[in-house]
Amino acid sequence: MDDDRFLKWLREEEKKYARMAEKMGERQESFTSASGIPIKRIYTPLDWNPKEYMEKLGFPGGYPYTRGVYETMHRGRLWTMRQESGFGLAEDGNARFKFLMKNGITGLSAGICKNTDVSFRDIDDPAFEEELGVVGITGISSPTLVDHEILFNGIPLDQVTLSINESQCAARNLAQYLGVAQKQGVPLANLRGTCQNDPLQVYHSIHYPIFPPEHSMRMTVNVIQFACQNMPLWNPISISGYNVAESGIPPVVELAFALADGIAYIEACLKAGLPIDQFAPRIAFFFSSADDFFEEIAKFRAARRMWAKIMKERFGAKDPKSMRLRFHVQTAGSTLTAQQPYNNIIRSAVEGLAAILGGAQSLHIDSMDEALAVPSEEAAIIALRTQQILAHEFNIPQTIDPLGGSFFMESLTDQVEEKAFSIIRQIDDIGGVLPAIKKNYFLNEISKQAWDRQKKVNSKEKIVVGVNEFQMEEKSPIKILDFDKKKALETVRKRVARIRKERDPQKFQKAIDHLRRAASGQENIVYPLLEAFECLATTAEINRALRDIFGEYTHPMVL
Amino acid sequence: MEATKKIRVLMAKAGMDGHVRGAIVVSRALQEAGMEVILTGLYQTPKKIVETAIQEDVDVIGLSIHCGSHMPILKEIMRRLRENRIEDITVVVGGIIPGGDREELLSMGVAETFTPGTSTDRIVQFLKERVSKVSK
Repeated sequence: MDDDRFLKWLREEEKKYARMAEKMGERQESFTSASGIPIKRIYTPLDWNPKEYMEKLGFPGGYPYTRGVYETMHRGRLWTMRQESGFGLAEDGNARFKFLMKNGITGLSAGICKNTDVSFRDIDDPAFEEELGVVGITGISSPTLVDHEILFNGIPLDQVTLSINESQCAARNLAQYLGVAQKQGVPLANLRGTCQNDPLQVYHSIHYPIFPPEHSMRMTVNVIQFACQNMPLWNPISISGYNVAESGIPPVVELAFALADGIAYIEACLKAGLPIDQFAPRIAFFFSSADDFFEEIAKFRAARRMWAKIMKERFGAKDPKSMRLRFHVQTAGSTLTAQQPYNNIIRSAVEGLAAILGGAQSLHIDSMDEALAVPSEEAAIIALRTQQILAHEFNIPQTIDPLGGSFFMESLTDQVEEKAFSIIRQIDDIGGVLPAIKKNYFLNEISKQAWDRQKKVNSKEKIVVGVNEFQMEEKSPIKILDFDKKKALETVRKRVARIRKERDPQKFQKAIDHLRRAASGQENIVYPLLEAFECLATTAEINRALRDIFGEYTHPMVL
Repeated sequence: MEATKKIRVLMAKAGMDGHVRGAIVVSRALQEAGMEVILTGLYQTPKKIVETAIQEDVDVIGLSIHCGSHMPILKEIMRRLRENRIEDITVVVGGIIPGGDREELLSMGVAETFTPGTSTDRIVQFLKERVSKVSK
């Protein structure tokens, strides 16, 4: 039967089926994905014809990369089990790293204390107590190079891969890490890892103190330039959809925003004179995996195909490596509940499965106590075991892109791609990401979609087990991470005060002045940042020096 | 019949914390329920929050805190309210507030804590009841 006759016949058969199905009635009037894509009862070759295979899918490791970025994917090498960890002092971070390494993580990811890292206020400043009052709750408090050496004590940096999850000023955090590498005698060229280095997502969503966009972009490009020159094994940017997704938008919008940001970064690097095929191969991405299982898998597949097209058609990349979208996934914290927290183990497992089926290169599974605190040791281990069970017990990574060819999955992937490209066009019409930020485009979108989602939860259109349905009285709360916060603050305060007293004041001042000069000029900012850390500047002192030149960006809150 | 005065709420982000989703969503819920919401910027100090609350003549201060600094921040806010002899502002807090801290916060004078999963309908109800009690 030729194709047209086949499809005509199938159309007739489908109509017969639909008449039978409609007599049965269904649970809802209609079904839609998290992004609002209508989901049909059944998908057939009428929705996606396998004739489109080579154009739309190809083979893994080849354009358009829909099925995977590498030829062998998880059959060749499992995704990196990269659990973000850390709290308290550098010593605590070091102990947690070693604990997780002993138990089988294959990549490190340091959670950083925001009060320490992005604050302009030093920990030993009396006002710190009143304004912030704690350190080490949201991550590791490591204000100086001395702390950072403790953090990596006994961990040879050329034997691990590290993700530096910092975007307000990733250059600062990278420089701090490079300082440790130098102390350990590890050549920078041997360092493997990633720094997030994506300030645009911060303007969209997580709103930590930051510098004005043009200065953030300059520092972002500096990190990429530095890595191109010195760190061939390093991913100098991990363009993030995760945090924007967490602020309340569904997968299609997350994808569109992340790729739009990617376009902005490519343009900035090209403007700085970097040839596309020199830096593009080391660009990475970071996505969420949230509570629409199939749409998330479709998103990952669409992401690869879209980026390949963008790099080839929009930017004229020639090196196939420039077209490969490699990504890390974190399971969505915002889908986890404070109520009946053990349920979160299942949620994270399902979300992790979607990431694996979607072809992620690296994965973090959230811990069950996500809604309550930074992971306890027990919760952290369960999250890691989740990864190991998914990898080793169910034959999941035996074949590449197992959902490929599913009529549903291919139709959904096509629709996700189409919708995401249409959002990117909207952003292009405004003039690009930076003008759109100025117009509060992202803030308005996010605010609207977050509220839409909450209304659905309020009305039970969206069920959250244990929260708006299947609630129960919980008699014994789980044990969350606890550490002596007073002692931690005291220790860090004394350490910073001592370092400040013992460091060479002239070297310090020279380094800070150099940093300010570099900030006002064209010099790659990573070098003076490294120098500042070597001269034992604190993160707050560095932030203040940069603020002296860049000014501070006050982020509006928009309803 | 007396016209009901709109409840005025100051929605404040305090501490080194950029997570605004909760504050935004709750603010919209309060607005839809007929309240007036004034949003502060981020990283507000207790001093600034109380000053703004007085300036804007609010009925409610809603704090959104995820960075672990809720105890020192709320202690300071309650102290400043007392210092200014303000007794009729309802203070509530949401975000990441460990259950174990709720008692101490209530004993400080915080009216309630609203942790993840709290329905916005419940927050609206609580504030309506509380503010009408206070203004009697």
